[in-house]
Amino acid sequence: MTDSTFHHGEAATAQAPIVEMRNIEKHFGNIIALAGVSFDVRPGECHCLLGDNGAGKSTFIKTMSGVHKPTKGEILFEGTPMKFDTPRDAMEAGIATVFQDLAMIPLMSVARNFFMGREPTKGRGLFKRFDVDRANEITMTEMRKMGINLRGPDQAVGTLSGGERQTVAIARAVHFGAKVLILDEPTSALGVRQTSNVLATIDKVRNQGIGVVFISHNVRHALAVGDRFTVLNRGKTLGTATRGEISPEELQDLMAGGQEMAQLEGSLGGTV
Amino acid sequence: MNASDGALEDERVKAESFLSRLMRRPELGAIAGVILVVIFFAITADGSMFTLSGFMNFMSPASQLGILAIGAAMLMIGGEFDLSIGSMVAFAGLFFAICAVNWGLPLVVTIPLTFVFAACVGAVNGTIVIRSGLPSFIVTLAFLFILRGLSLVGLKWATGGSTQLRGVREATEGDILTPFFSGDAFPGLFARLAEMGLVETFGNGAPKVPGIPVEILWFVVIAALATYVLLRTPAGNWIFAAGGDTNAASNSGVPVARVKVSLFMLTAACAALVAIITVIDAGSTDARRGFQKEFEAIIAAVIGGCLLTGGYGSAIGAFFGAIIFGMVVIGLTYTNFDQDWFQVFLGAMLLIAVLFNNAIRKRVTGER
Repeated sequence: MTDSTFHHGEAATAQAPIVEMRNIEKHFGNIIALAGVSFDVRPGECHCLLGDNGAGKSTFIKTMSGVHKPTKGEILFEGTPMKFDTPRDAMEAGIATVFQDLAMIPLMSVARNFFMGREPTKGRGLFKRFDVDRANEITMTEMRKMGINLRGPDQAVGTLSGGERQTVAIARAVHFGAKVLILDEPTSALGVRQTSNVLATIDKVRNQGIGVVFISHNVRHALAVGDRFTVLNRGKTLGTATRGEISPEELQDLMAGGQEMAQLEGSLGGTV
Repeated sequence: MNASDGALEDERVKAESFLSRLMRRPELGAIAGVILVVIFFAITADGSMFTLSGFMNFMSPASQLGILAIGAAMLMIGGEFDLSIGSMVAFAGLFFAICAVNWGLPLVVTIPLTFVFAACVGAVNGTIVIRSGLPSFIVTLAFLFILRGLSLVGLKWATGGSTQLRGVREATEGDILTPFFSGDAFPGLFARLAEMGLVETFGNGAPKVPGIPVEILWFVVIAALATYVLLRTPAGNWIFAAGGDTNAASNSGVPVARVKVSLFMLTAACAALVAIITVIDAGSTDARRGFQKEFEAIIAAVIGGCLLTGGYGSAIGAFFGAIIFGMVVIGLTYTNFDQDWFQVFLGAMLLIAVLFNNAIRKRVTGER
C-alpha cells in the first residue's frame, strides 16, 4: 500500500520559502513560551517540527496559523511581512492547519464535513442553495485521489477510522487551496497501518507543491517523510538539519535536551 | 456506487442494504410511530376518526403544536434548547392582543410587530446563552418563569385587573389579513366538492368540513421550508455543524454565534405565529396560553428523531412527531379509553423514541 521510498523534494531547497518566521518570541505574562524561533517552509517540502511535550510546538504553530500574535519577531509570507489577526486571515492567505481535533463532526456526512463553512452554492438571491450534488462529487473525487474509497458521500465521518478522518481533513485543506499545510501531531493516536497511510498522504500533498509542516514527537514518523528537521526545546530552536545529515539518535537526543536521555536509553537498552 | 473502478473497491466495505440505508434517516422513527398509532386507532377507535372531518380534528391541534415543534427541532439540531416557548406563546399573545385591542392597530401593523417583538425576546435569550456560555436549559428555564409572570402582570395592567383580554375577535373581524391566520382556507373548493358529492355533507348540502384550517397550511409550509433550509442551504449545514461540535464548526469558519441566536429568534417567531393563530381563533388571550407547550414541542421533536445532544434530527421528523401527538390527544376521545391515558401514552412514546434514537445514533456514527 505505502510506497516506502518517498520522493523527497530535492528541487525544493532552491525555491524561496512560502512562509518564513524570524526570531519569533511569544510571552504569556511572565512566561516565555517561545524565545526566538526561526523556521521556514518551502513549496513541495515536508519540514518536520520536533519537540518534546512543553517544548513550545503548539504555541509556535498557533502563532503561524494566526491564533496567537507573536510578541516579537516577524512573519514573512511569500517574501512580504504579514500580520494575521485571526485564523481566518491565515486560512485565506493559504496557511491551513489541521489541528488534533480535526474540526470534524462525527454525526455529519463526509461531504457535509468537507464543505463545512464553505459550502458551494447554486442559484441566486432567495434561491441560493447548497449545491449538494457538486459537494458530493468533489468529495468523492478528492477522497479517491487520497486513496480512500468511501461507501458514499453521505457516509458519516463517525464511521471512518482515525487515519481516514485525518486524510479527510488534509484533503479538505488541500482542496481549499492551502499553500502551506500545518499538521499537528497527525500520527500520534494512530496504529501502524493508519500511520503509514497518513504519511503516504503527506507525500502526495508534498508532490503537489504544497509546503507541509509536520509536527511530531515521534522521530521515526518524522524521518519517514521529512526533508528537513527542526528541533524545538524549551522555546528555542536547536537548529535545522537536512535529511541524511542527522541520525535518529541525534534527533532524539536533541529533543530530550541531551544527557538524561542518554542515561535512560542506557538502562532501557535502545532508542525510545 | 462506483462499480466502474473495481480496483479501488475496499473488500471490507459491505454493500448496504436498502433497509440499513433507511435506518440512517432521522425521521424513520417518527414515520414508524405514525404507522403504529394509525394501526392502534384503526383497531380501537370509532371509524369516524379517519374521515375527513376526523382528520381535520386531530390535524388542527397537531399543527399548532407542530409549528412550535419544528422551531424547537431546528434549535435542538443547532445544539440548544428553548424551554420558554410555551411562555413565549402567552407573552406574544398578550402583545398581539394589546396592539390589536387596546391600541386598535390594524393587523398589517400588529402582526409584523408581534413577530419582531418575539424575535427580540428570542435574541435576548440567545445572546445570554452565547455570551455566558451557560447551558441554554437553565437560561431558558429562567425565561419560562419570567415570560409567564410578565404575561400575567401585563394582562392585569392592560385590562385593569382581569386575567383575560377579550375583544380580539371584534378587533380583527373584517381585517384583510384575518383569513390568513384564522378560519378555514379554500371554502369555495370544499363547497364545490360537496356539490359534486365528493365530501361528506350535512343534511342541507353544506360540507361537513368547510375548508382546511389555516394552521394546517402554515404547518405544512413551515415543515417544507425548514426541511429545505436544513438539507439544501449552507445555513442548514451550519445548523448541523453548530449543534454537532461548536468548536469544530467555528474553526471551520461557521458563524456559530450568529446561527444560534438566529435559531432562538426563529423559535420565538414560531411561538408568536401560534399565539397569533390561537388568539384570533379564541377571540381573547389569557396568561395560561401555551402552558407546557415547550415540553410537548420538545417531545415531538425527539419523537421526530432529534438528539438531545444536538447535531442530528430533521424537520420532517418533528412534523410527524406532532401528528402523532395530535392523533393521540384527539384519538383517545374516539375510543372507549379514559382520556387521561393520554399522558401515560405520551411518556411511553418519548421513552421509546429516545431509546430508539440512541440505538440509531450508534449505528450512524459507527460507535461500538
